[in-house]
Amino acid sequence: MALSLEDVRRIASLARLQLSPEEERVFAGQLSAILDYVRQLEELDVSGVEPMTHALAGEGVPLRPDEVRPGLPPERALAAAPAREGTCFKVPRIIE
Amino acid sequence: MSSDLLRLDLRALSEALTARKVSSREATEAALARIRESEGRLGAFLRVTPEEALAAARASDERAAGGRRLGPLDGVPLALKDILLTEGVETTAGSRILEGWLPPYDAAVVERLRSAGAVLLGKLNMDEFAMGSSTENSAFGPCHNPWDLARTPGGSSGGSAAAVAARQAWGALGTDTGGSIREPASFCGVVGLKPTYGRVSRYGVIAFASSLDQVGPLARTVGDAAVLLQAIAGRDERDMTSSPAPVGDYLAGLEEGVRGLTVGVPGEWLGGGVDAGVAARVREALAALERAGARLREVSLPHSRYGVAAYYLVAPAEASSNLARYDGVRFGLRSPAKGLAEMYGETRSRGFGPEPKRRIMLGTYALSAGYYDAYYLRAQKVRTLVRRDFDAAFESCDVVAGPVAPTVAFRLGEKVDDPLQMYLADVFTIGANLAALPALSVPCGLHPGERVPVGLHLVGRPFDEATLFRAARAVERELGPLPPPPGY
Amino acid sequence: MDASDFEVVMGLEVHAQLLTRSKVFCGCSTAFGGEPNSHVCPVCLGLPGALPSLNARVVELAVRTGLALGCAVRERSVWARKNYFYPDLPKGYQISQYELPICEGGGVEITVGGADRRIRLTRIHMEEDAGKNLHQISPDGSSGVDLNRAGVPLLEIVSEPDLRSADEAVEYLKALRSVLMWLGVNDGNLEEGSFRCDANVSVRRKGETRLGTRCEIKNMNSFRFLRQAVEYEVRRQVEIVLGGGKVEQETRLFDPARGETRAMRSKEEAHDYRYFPEPDLPPVVVSPALVEEVRRSLPELPRARARRWQAELGLPAADAALLVADREVAAFFEEALQGHGRAPEAARKLANWMNGEVARLANESGLAPAAWKLRPAHLAELLRLLDAGTLGGPGAKQALEESFRTGAAPADVVRERGLAQVSDEAAIEAVVDRVLAASPAEVERYRGGNRKLMGFFVGQVMKEMKGKGNPTLVNALLSRKLGA
Repeated sequence: MALSLEDVRRIASLARLQLSPEEERVFAGQLSAILDYVRQLEELDVSGVEPMTHALAGEGVPLRPDEVRPGLPPERALAAAPAREGTCFKVPRIIE
Repeated sequence: MSSDLLRLDLRALSEALTARKVSSREATEAALARIRESEGRLGAFLRVTPEEALAAARASDERAAGGRRLGPLDGVPLALKDILLTEGVETTAGSRILEGWLPPYDAAVVERLRSAGAVLLGKLNMDEFAMGSSTENSAFGPCHNPWDLARTPGGSSGGSAAAVAARQAWGALGTDTGGSIREPASFCGVVGLKPTYGRVSRYGVIAFASSLDQVGPLARTVGDAAVLLQAIAGRDERDMTSSPAPVGDYLAGLEEGVRGLTVGVPGEWLGGGVDAGVAARVREALAALERAGARLREVSLPHSRYGVAAYYLVAPAEASSNLARYDGVRFGLRSPAKGLAEMYGETRSRGFGPEPKRRIMLGTYALSAGYYDAYYLRAQKVRTLVRRDFDAAFESCDVVAGPVAPTVAFRLGEKVDDPLQMYLADVFTIGANLAALPALSVPCGLHPGERVPVGLHLVGRPFDEATLFRAARAVERELGPLPPPPGY
Repeated sequence: MDASDFEVVMGLEVHAQLLTRSKVFCGCSTAFGGEPNSHVCPVCLGLPGALPSLNARVVELAVRTGLALGCAVRERSVWARKNYFYPDLPKGYQISQYELPICEGGGVEITVGGADRRIRLTRIHMEEDAGKNLHQISPDGSSGVDLNRAGVPLLEIVSEPDLRSADEAVEYLKALRSVLMWLGVNDGNLEEGSFRCDANVSVRRKGETRLGTRCEIKNMNSFRFLRQAVEYEVRRQVEIVLGGGKVEQETRLFDPARGETRAMRSKEEAHDYRYFPEPDLPPVVVSPALVEEVRRSLPELPRARARRWQAELGLPAADAALLVADREVAAFFEEALQGHGRAPEAARKLANWMNGEVARLANESGLAPAAWKLRPAHLAELLRLLDAGTLGGPGAKQALEESFRTGAAPADVVRERGLAQVSDEAAIEAVVDRVLAASPAEVERYRGGNRKLMGFFVGQVMKEMKGKGNPTLVNALLSRKLGA
């Protein structure tokens, strides 16, 4: 299964990765090889098989009671922010 | 004195600390000295924290003086894979995108180690975001195998395995998503355990693939690994995938031997594709188990050969989503950019190395409209088949045994240009992650030709880590302990 | 072919904030407002390593809502990640439900133009809210991100495309809001955004069975804006079709200042949310026991209560509907009934006072029923004083105002303020005589046939008696004297 450069660009844009032309070319080849390899799963009949999306069933897992607990004060929440304004995280202008 | 001290295993050191024959400060200084003289060639640590370690050692010595040791880990110098959050101490997961980040909280396992009195020496090298099998994907330079500096220590917890093997620490924590504790443990000749999924809290562990990741110990002996698991196992209400199942006593039955135990040997694991020297050492270990009273029995895991394919859809899919939070807004790297789209694209392109990018791409593709059923969903169904294989096997045996990896530690650079070949290093370990089962690597001697360690792989029933330890301990006793790497 | 040949096909997606103390996946407060990023923690900041921990109350409230709306509650529902990048979405995905939501089916009853309709529901699912982007926070035009709201629990309630007009949309939204408030799962506050809706609007020629291309309209934070936005959007789409064009499927933002909708630039890119089951959260298990427990705790719902009052008390439908619009008001009325009696005549009178004077005082004061000083027993007492003739209409209004303001019992107010009605015939007769003597010209004209002047005489008498004269007696005495 060969991925085209167009496919690679579409995926990169969904994943917010800005790839160089060289990266696009290399990834197209490598991802195609991996997708070829995983095609072997098509040999298996999985009809009627439930997907194992969770290792635990859900039964018996206690839920958290609805109580307020202390979080981080704004200064600590913002301590690692690359940019801030007041107690907001600052980002380039958002256009709606 | 200090190098004598370094020869003690964790439990022996702990006894010496209780008897006050040695202080935590002496142990910590010995470890720090070993780190200083060996790090130049190994690259096991990304960060050493001597002040914090010595302060913790001082506090531990005060407790010991008052006869109030908190338990077997009090005063014992340990180290952490850099994927485990440490409050106020830089945590990067081996990635540029987190360079300089000081987490505002401790991982649950770190809290547990601290409250057990452990001394934390620093943060260990790893493949970026735990993606890799050689630690060559670290953004901060590779780690070398103390048995042979030209070889990788395995990965992604390569720093953890190398540090324990080189006696830089008495034990370490790593994480295992597809073999990332067991493969490096095998390559470096130490014991490494991936617990049952849900046995250890993932809170504060930087996520790679959420349904597969588990934290586990790397240690010099089986008993040391059992002590470490005892300290970190148990439910944590902050991780809803952590299990409420009661935690057993991992040391109680450790020396009971394997008489009456049935060891299943899957034909699929010792067939073609395994290096002859590796296969020979694994067969000797199986023979040792038989000598010790275990019964060997052939079992079949017919779907295990599909494991790598299923894994390389499930893990990248989850990773593509888990790595979306590295966006330059709240923490970590941000590329200066005029617009929002540029900020995301440039930040993530500069911050992530090739392997995370490759997996984000693969996972994004596997989840995207029109491909979800064919890739992600089918892979999750195959996971069910893999688990059923193990369930069937465990009807006629108590543990499943085989090689950890098809080869011994490979050379640096050998596989970096061929991601698929690198992925196939995990062919035997991935099954336990997919099936959520506990699995362990215990040294079973040196490769006859290459003189580097080989590991025996043991997989157990869910939450039956105790039986894994018991079987591994029998191997260790029968074969005798592996010596430290030459020069350590 | 013109606009009247078209029909509107519309469904609403409502996001209702659940009334919990803490967020859905962490212990941070859900309180509205506050300094930006003051209700946050590693989980709702989306820091590396943080994991969601599900609030039990969220599941309970979702089940409560589902049962009240007649939905099927799924025994095992599954959380899913909806992946997209936006600054107000800290993890790069929203934890929501996708293929297996907690509730499916059900419906909401509405009355439009006197006709009852049932708007079917597709599904109800639980999800976390995003944070808030703040625009132009600095001179360079940068935006800011406040994550106080991030992780606040929401129910998304999705209707079938059963709505055929802006009126129906508004009625549906009002009815749904009333049920949610009645259940205690949502505070109904559109302005603060704890109850908000998006509309999927399309038009088609009457008789056509296929659906037209729909547009999703956002940002309608009042009933009035919903009506304006839908009316505008329908006009816009009809004009496009009549002009021979095609409606583009897109997300549009309502601009309240212009009363228009416009395409959102940030939503131009085709979306691929890459939903997949959330591996950090096990499936939500709702046991039959929990369903039973919640079912037993369900209150009688507003429309059921209104119907019961119509049947038992003979209340007109409109009056009953007004009384059940707010659960507290309905409870107040119910309690006042205990003191006043449930006979149809008495109940209607009580309802009139509730929907009239009491509603006016409540509106003017802006107080919610919980904050009223007036007690249900006070209203019952007031009506007793009226029935007994102790109070006249004007006196009763004055006494009610005073009780509403101070919480004093009406009987005390009447005594202290001397509001009691004068029914002493001799006293009234004296005033009547004085008034008639003072207005000989009017008396002359009345007797000449100008009967309208009766009102003038009553007014004069009442004025002299400061409104306290028993109106029946005043009328009777005036008639007798003038008729003589």
